Amino acid sequence: MIELRNLSKTYSTRGVEHTALEDVSLTIEDGDIFGIIGISGAGKSTLVRCINLLEKPTSGSVVIDGVDVTSFEGRQLSDLRATIGMIFQDFNLFAQRTVLENVTFPLEIRGDDRVDRERRGMELLDLVGLSAKAKQYPSQLSGGQQQRVSIARALANHPRVILCDEATSALDSLTTNSVLKLLRQINREMGVTMVVITHEIGVVEKICNRVAVIDGSRIVEQGSAAEVLEDPSADVTRRLLGRVRWDA
Amino acid sequence: MREFLAEYGQLLVEGTLATLAMTFISTAITYVFGVPLGVLVTVTAPGSLKPHRGLNAVLGWIVNIGRSIPFIILLVALIPVTRFIVGTSLGTAGAIVPLVVAATPFVARMVESSLAELGPGVIEAALSYGASTWQVIWKVMLRESLPSIARGASITLITLFGYSAMAGAIGAGGLGDIAIRYGYYRYQDDVMIATIVILIVLVQLIQTSGDLLARALDKRDR
Ligand SMILES: Nc1ncnc2c1ncn2[C@@H]1O[C@H](COP(=O)(O)OP(=O)(O)OP(=O)(O)O)[C@@H](O)[C@H]1O
Ligand SMILES: [Mg+2]
Repeated sequence: MIELRNLSKTYSTRGVEHTALEDVSLTIEDGDIFGIIGISGAGKSTLVRCINLLEKPTSGSVVIDGVDVTSFEGRQLSDLRATIGMIFQDFNLFAQRTVLENVTFPLEIRGDDRVDRERRGMELLDLVGLSAKAKQYPSQLSGGQQQRVSIARALANHPRVILCDEATSALDSLTTNSVLKLLRQINREMGVTMVVITHEIGVVEKICNRVAVIDGSRIVEQGSAAEVLEDPSADVTRRLLGRVRWDA
Repeated sequence: MREFLAEYGQLLVEGTLATLAMTFISTAITYVFGVPLGVLVTVTAPGSLKPHRGLNAVLGWIVNIGRSIPFIILLVALIPVTRFIVGTSLGTAGAIVPLVVAATPFVARMVESSLAELGPGVIEAALSYGASTWQVIWKVMLRESLPSIARGASITLITLFGYSAMAGAIGAGGLGDIAIRYGYYRYQDDVMIATIVILIVLVQLIQTSGDLLARALDKRDR
């Protein structure tokens, strides 16, 4: 279980302060596919990056399975992050490593020996349907294939949670669907919790069971995906759903 | 031609070898200092892996000062230091100290710009999997930038090649020394031209093999 308690984040660049998150509280249960939706600049990336502390919250706390991890540093922080997978909009694969070396990277930094990690890597490439590409390089793959590789990489450490920051925003609609199906399959079969950041309501409709809507650095609405989609209470949710009266 | 080779062949071969030795040895030593310096400047920059304003500013200063002193002046100014470190300011050994001092800031900047090409995304990905600062530096920053750093290395070699010819003027030996002694003081144009031809051929060779190496290393765009 991941709890965000009264999380705030203020960036200050050359004396100018900018609040990206304000008093955000959320609970993500084990096994959820939790959608976080909002328009560009709402603070979605900042929020998800606070979960694995790539970003230090200015105030508030991140509690994972009852443990306040907000002040974790060094070894402790690395160990925590190793249990949380992450995938990105532009994949962030290592261009100079083969597909297999990309997938086994989390195991390499953990110090596993080559034979073990390659066995695990091939297993994962099988899962995402890319074992034939193991010896190729990311530049030789399509966007959808690259995102599958990054999903395999995120799974390498047997994480209990995967954070997805706009994982399908760079993909066409068919490829998006196949990647979403893969994420849902991983959630169902392996019980991996998914935190899915998106600006597309379709992603929430397709795979999320719960959703929080973020607007102007704040959570404006949250609940079960079905309920929120059925009966949105916040203005921005209606806009994201396309339920606007154009003439108004 | 045969007469020329009989008379100067050995001299030119020895000069070439001395120049190559000076260039390659000092390039190697330069990278031992230049890479860590470039990495340090990069990771201490604001918003980077280990931001440290003070250290970053000091290192930036050192690098800029090093780069702003003309080599010929550095060469002379460093004579006492060179004597202290290697016992002589003459010959190949004597040339290495000023060459390394001159090239280290240059290499640091080149490494810095190679690392900057990388973008924050892959570093962030590595951190998100629990990589430590050291692992990010070794396994991501340096490894991913290797083709670019290799490209920089051939530029460094060629630059030091030119510098080593200048060092020849103050007793370092090698092709520069030959060109000055024979071509300048004794007006022997043939020797001078021969050294120039050798220099051109060597520079082409280094550039071409550097390009080939970088291309072989780089796994993007294929
Ligand atoms: N490192 C930073 N320094 C300063 N401001 C930042 C930084 N990162 C984000 N911001 C600001 O915080 C706000 C929220 O950014 P964030 O990236 O979280 O938005 P987002 O919802 O992910 O947007 P998008 O859909 O475009 O990715 C933006 O106004 C952005 O300019
Ligand atoms: Mg974002």
